[in-house]
Amino acid sequence: MTPTPTPSPGRTAVARPTGTRFTRVLGAAVILGMAWLVLFGLFLSPNDEKQKAGVRILYIHVPTAWLAYLAFIVTGISSAAYLVKRTRSLTWDRIAGASAEIGVLFMGITLVTGSLWGRISWGIFWTWDSRLTTTAFLFVTYIGYLAVRNLGGTHQQRARRSAIIALLAVLEVPLVHFSVKWWRPLHQQESVAEGKLSGLMLFSLFVGLIAFTLLYVWLLLHRQRVLAMEDALDDQGLDVALAERRAEGAQV
Amino acid sequence: MSTWRIARLIAAKDLRIELRSRVVTNQVLPFAALVMVMFAFALDNDAVLTRVAPGLVWLATMFSMLVLVQRTFAVESADGALDALQVAGVRPGGIFLGKSLALAVELAVLEVVLLIAAVVLYQADVAGSGVVLLVATFVAATTGLAFVGTLYGGLAAGAKGRETLLPLLMLPVVAPVLIGATRATEAAFGTNGATSSEGWPWVGLLVLFAALFGLGGTLAFGSLIDE
Repeated sequence: MTPTPTPSPGRTAVARPTGTRFTRVLGAAVILGMAWLVLFGLFLSPNDEKQKAGVRILYIHVPTAWLAYLAFIVTGISSAAYLVKRTRSLTWDRIAGASAEIGVLFMGITLVTGSLWGRISWGIFWTWDSRLTTTAFLFVTYIGYLAVRNLGGTHQQRARRSAIIALLAVLEVPLVHFSVKWWRPLHQQESVAEGKLSGLMLFSLFVGLIAFTLLYVWLLLHRQRVLAMEDALDDQGLDVALAERRAEGAQV
Repeated sequence: MSTWRIARLIAAKDLRIELRSRVVTNQVLPFAALVMVMFAFALDNDAVLTRVAPGLVWLATMFSMLVLVQRTFAVESADGALDALQVAGVRPGGIFLGKSLALAVELAVLEVVLLIAAVVLYQADVAGSGVVLLVATFVAATTGLAFVGTLYGGLAAGAKGRETLLPLLMLPVVAPVLIGATRATEAAFGTNGATSSEGWPWVGLLVLFAALFGLGGTLAFGSLIDE
């Protein structure tokens, strides 16, 4: 067998890092923020009167919950931006996908930390109040969304399909929320004891919020670039295969 | 051709296929009845069964609906019929409404069977004043379920490996219907001393649900099935 000539459709093998100067600075800020959070969350902030050290879970639980919601909002907005003709660009689709991935991750952390906290302060891992139930549904819904993203097809098909699913999720979430709220009207209203936190505790919570927000932005930027590279690889992979076939044809 | 006429033609075609192939009557309905019997095995208590009968009727409806939805799109994707319809220039909104209509009729048959099963097997009791509420609940819930089923079924139609995706996508979406229809049916049955006036707000929720997904589906269906 004759050696196949290597096709050369551009510089495919060049490693292109996803980091830029901005993301490196941001990454350093994330590390600093997390260290700051550990310092305040674990050492400097006091124990709660009732929950004792259990209150410290909130410094992770609350920020991840808020950012998961933010991430899903970003997914919704980017999906809408993709569907609007004037702003149609696969970048919006990748931002939506990246944000949903991070949202699912953060929501998973929220659910785990939340049930641990619930065990400590309520004595139970789970209660069927509307906020918890809606959160669980959000989690499952966006896992489904991510599965739809992996259905295959062209990038444009994926983008349009998943954008529609994301917008349907926006339709679904309020319906779930209100139906669950009606279903269990009288239940634990204050699952987050914001009112009871004071001074250093509240400060630690804000530190957590800042640290996790930075982490979210950092992850989003990187993940979005990785997705762009995956798409480029898909496109180029096709070019490479085509070039190989053509080379074969030329040899005969 | 008007969208409504397309919808009627497609629905008639689907129902004719089901009437002749008898897959729904010979496979899906027995499955639904089986689920009701299995619930009785699992719960193993007559009082509990009567108490939860409304919820079980709707839960069984949704499980059977997964099978129905897959069936209704297997018919389309087998010979590339869905693509052919689109190539022929049939409006996707019409396809959506037609498939939803046929699915709604199939679901209605299924629900009647399940309701009879609940009365016979679980000693559920329909109070005389609850009949209107019960019918309204079933119409509203069935419409909403048919829209959601068609919408997500269309997405999952065709390609390999998508069948497993359907429950994951569809069940969270129909959760409000499960809650609303169960509460309204409880009110109609008078379960736990519920009165029929308690059921009407839930019917409102079901109608809202059906309207939203009917509108969303008519608009979005074309993009979802476009391959």
